Amino acid sequence: MKQKLVMIGNGMAGVNTIEQLIKLNPNKYEITIFGAEPYPNYNRILLSSVLAGDVGMKDITINDWDWYENNQIRLLTGQRVIEIDTKKQTVKSNLGAIVHYDEMIIATGSSPFMLPVPGAEREGVIAFRDIKDCETMIQTSKKYKNAVVIGGGLLGLEAARGLLNLNMNVKVVHLHDYLMERQLDEVAGKMLRSELEAQGMEFLMKKQTEQIIGKSRVSAIRFTDGHTVETDLVVMAVGIKPNVELAKEAGIAVNRGIVVDDDMRTNVPNISAVGECAEHRGIAYGLVAPLWEQGAVLSKRLAGIETAPYEGSILSTKLKISGVDVFSVGDFNEKPGTKTIRVHDEWRGIYKKFMLRENQIVGAVLYGDTSDSSKILQLVKLGSQMTEQLHAQLTGVGASPTGSSLDLVKAMNDEEIICGCNGVSKGVICSAIQNNGLTTVGQIKDCTTASRSCGGCKPLVQQLLELTNGDTGSDLVIKEGICGCTDKTRDEIVEAIRTMHLTTIKETIHVLGWKSEGGCPKCRPALNYFLSMVHPEDYEDHRDSRVANERRHANIQKDGTFSVVPRMYGGVTTPQDLRKIADVAEQFNVPLVKVTGGQRLDLLGVKKEDLPKMWEALDMPSGYAYGKSLRTVKTCVGSTFCRFGTQDAMGMGIKMEKRFERLDTPAKVKMAVSGCPRNCAEATIKDFGVVAIDGGWELHVGGNGGLKVRITDVITRVKTEEEVLEWAGAFVQYYREHANWNERTSEWVGRVGLASIQEALATEEQRHVLNARLDVTLSKVKDPWKADLEKRDELEKRYESIKAQLVGEL
Amino acid sequence: MNGSTSNAVGIEICAGPFDELPENIGRLLVYENHQIALFRLGDNKIRAIANQCPHKQGPLVDGLVSGDFVFCPLHDWKIHMGNGVVQAPDVGCVHSYPAVVKDGNVFVSLPESL
Ligand code: SRM
Ligand SMILES: Cc1cc2nc3c(=O)[nH]c(=O)nc-3n(C[C@H](O)[C@H](O)[C@H](O)COP(=O)(O)OP(=O)(O)OC[C@H]3O[C@@H](n4cnc5c(N)ncnc54)[C@H](O)[C@@H]3O)c2cc1C
Ligand code: SF4
Ligand code: FES
Repeated sequence: MKQKLVMIGNGMAGVNTIEQLIKLNPNKYEITIFGAEPYPNYNRILLSSVLAGDVGMKDITINDWDWYENNQIRLLTGQRVIEIDTKKQTVKSNLGAIVHYDEMIIATGSSPFMLPVPGAEREGVIAFRDIKDCETMIQTSKKYKNAVVIGGGLLGLEAARGLLNLNMNVKVVHLHDYLMERQLDEVAGKMLRSELEAQGMEFLMKKQTEQIIGKSRVSAIRFTDGHTVETDLVVMAVGIKPNVELAKEAGIAVNRGIVVDDDMRTNVPNISAVGECAEHRGIAYGLVAPLWEQGAVLSKRLAGIETAPYEGSILSTKLKISGVDVFSVGDFNEKPGTKTIRVHDEWRGIYKKFMLRENQIVGAVLYGDTSDSSKILQLVKLGSQMTEQLHAQLTGVGASPTGSSLDLVKAMNDEEIICGCNGVSKGVICSAIQNNGLTTVGQIKDCTTASRSCGGCKPLVQQLLELTNGDTGSDLVIKEGICGCTDKTRDEIVEAIRTMHLTTIKETIHVLGWKSEGGCPKCRPALNYFLSMVHPEDYEDHRDSRVANERRHANIQKDGTFSVVPRMYGGVTTPQDLRKIADVAEQFNVPLVKVTGGQRLDLLGVKKEDLPKMWEALDMPSGYAYGKSLRTVKTCVGSTFCRFGTQDAMGMGIKMEKRFERLDTPAKVKMAVSGCPRNCAEATIKDFGVVAIDGGWELHVGGNGGLKVRITDVITRVKTEEEVLEWAGAFVQYYREHANWNERTSEWVGRVGLASIQEALATEEQRHVLNARLDVTLSKVKDPWKADLEKRDELEKRYESIKAQLVGEL
Repeated sequence: MNGSTSNAVGIEICAGPFDELPENIGRLLVYENHQIALFRLGDNKIRAIANQCPHKQGPLVDGLVSGDFVFCPLHDWKIHMGNGVVQAPDVGCVHSYPAVVKDGNVFVSLPESL
């Protein structure tokens, strides 16, 4: 039987915990949630944005009613729990509902602290905590003009900004002599004040409220210095107090908050607490980032999964007011034993301060430029040491920042929270990027909600994007199954194909127990390749397991049209060929003709049904610009014309392109031949590069000029053109037989090491054996355009659309 | 439909012989301004969905077919060809149309509201 789990409080911390719990262990508990507010769980943080008019009230729901229903959670909204009986293990609500629990979570959050001054109960005196407060402010602004916000902290300033947007005159009263003193130092606090004044806020600093004046509704506010200010609305934002009374009355240990240990347990068996109502190691937090971390630990424990304890959180702050960039983290105030690095550029309005303790970065304040905030948060979390390079990056003096920030996100583990506002972890973001082919921060936001609220994590999300997409299909594939359909690795699959003599994709999927019978766009093309690589002689290519580009022998474009790139061996062409291309471009109204980065011409924007007709008219071989195959062999003019050239680079390049064209490879392969070490063909960033030297050739492997630029390694030097071809063939075949699917030679050489490849290619005999196996494969290849044209009766089926006939009405 | 006076709920169109469809590779069916991706699945089943991915209008007809699903050729969204529902973690839906084979010909029904 399911255990009964009762949660008190339907807020951000609690529901997040439940959400994680049911992901981990959906069937363990029968769940009941009590929520005093009459709504499903919403994003409290975004109340500021609602007030500022950036989003509507309905946009801030995190879990809608359906979510509760679909997960079979009983949600009792508008019911406040008024009693916990720890003996009988029951809770009781103000409407009389009594529910038994086996496990209970208290997630009652906190309440705004209201100043106990005379008049505080008058109409028009409110806090800023929930939807109701937001509605009150919006209503008030329609009838009244003047507002006073008491408290110049995060919440107060966001409320003030919202009221300005509602066209009220806003004065902010603050006890301290600069704003946000708990999150900023004096310099940043004062910079913030002048910016907000420029936005239209007025400040009354160092003032203490004495009384709120008015008949039934507030009309003015008086301070201890005798000064009074007229107002129609008072918003108190002076602090929060954890909601602990209920727990206290039930005999649960409380201090400022409900006391919990590192497992989020209270002192009473089967009762845990999480969120703002909880106090952990003496701290009751008031921001969401710690709540996600607490929820992660609690949900795992309740799901029965082993977890590391919660050991507290490092806090960072960001103000959600547009036009104002402030950020702080950790310990940012000067203390004995700390060192300070300060950059203050008054002209640009930028201020940065970093605190070091024994060279460890322990805190920071940023004003004006917060683009490094997520990086700094990580540095502080990881307890990083200051280095010359970091110093240069952080203070903006010299050095490019990219490299090491990627290292930083790389070092984070998958559970670490990237988006503090919405509790989205690194792992969730990375798998969203991989599984959905996301390419922009905007897409990640839509898919995972990361960066949807304050936007502070955008730089980090951007870095994850670079990290994940930069690694396309490389180390990721090594450790795990080749895709979500299987746990089998590349090597296990290839081994099985060899030893068990698997001959078709269907058979392989079946025998190796794929989770999804049909496979997916990751494994199907991979299997098609592995099968043909292992059985070059009799495997029949499975066309519908190839991706769209390879199936249509053309690159699909964003609008569904295609591009046509004919071969231009070694980048060398003739007037006749150029004329032919020009004619075809005109005949088919090709929207754009472009010289590619691979030294040939691209006809772009071609309709699918025109493809075969164009191929026929061109009567040239396919350039395979779409394939995991040899793309181009770039050349320079070489000794044919160049005064420095030592060898015939064009001739060599053309021979190579003719030898290796049409070959299937694990990922695309690019080659180049330069006529001398000036290297005009950029051979040192190619998969196989050839650079002429006096009396011979230097052979390069494993270069890449794309996402992750990698300079080649020199594999050997040879004398003749035949030897170049022999080495190139052996290298390519060895790569074909050993690399992961979708792994460029640059990744592969980097992974297995140059030495292991040199060893495999060391003797002439080894190279001959590899070339012999390559020849078997090459003997079967065929120009795909010609092959398609030969099957006339299939052409229409494959490339043309059907014009439907109307049959009748239904 | 234009000029329709009856209280029909939709129309039926014919996509020609079943044999003209390649197996597990989509084929575009055009009727007036409707673009429909037709798929002939392994066991002589036929599926018809709107040829527009809800993500960025990718041409689903060029997608890779896996069982009852098609993967959009542009960014790999996974879509159920029977009901048009986009599979998690992505969300959305494309129109799916009833399609049958009668006497060797393929027929697709288009609802009136389109
Ligand atoms: C047409 C061309 C751009 C141009 O107009 O010049 C091009 C176009 C595309 N490249 Fe490229 N690349 C082109 C030269 C290059 C080069 C330069 C070169 O080859 O000398 C590079 C860097 C060199 C390298 O790869 O080492 C290059 C690195 C990439 C990458 C990154 C590959 C990597 O491993 O880092 C991708 C993405 C991928 O393959 O996953 C890519 C992917 C693409 C795709 C196929 C995007 C896609 O997946 O749909 C583009 C197709 C556009 C379209 O709609 O048709 N393209 N691409 C070039 C075709 C060359 C050719 O004649 O075949
Ligand atoms: C305007 C605003 C802006 C904010 N901006 C940020 C920000 O930018 N960044 C940030 O990190 N944090 C921000 N916060 C703080 C953040 O919203 C809170 O830390 C977070 O919501 C706390 O979550 P919780 O679940 O602990 O409490 P809550 O979200 O308050 O949930 C507790 C719920 O329990 C209910 N409840 C209480 N007692 C009972 C009972 N006896 N029976 C039934 N239900 C009960 C309450 O009604 C409430 O709905 C902001 C807060 C506000 C108000
Ligand atoms: S760099 Fe390559 S992949 Fe990127 S937009 Fe240009 S052609 Fe497309
Ligand atoms: S357009 Fe279909 S997945 Fe992007």
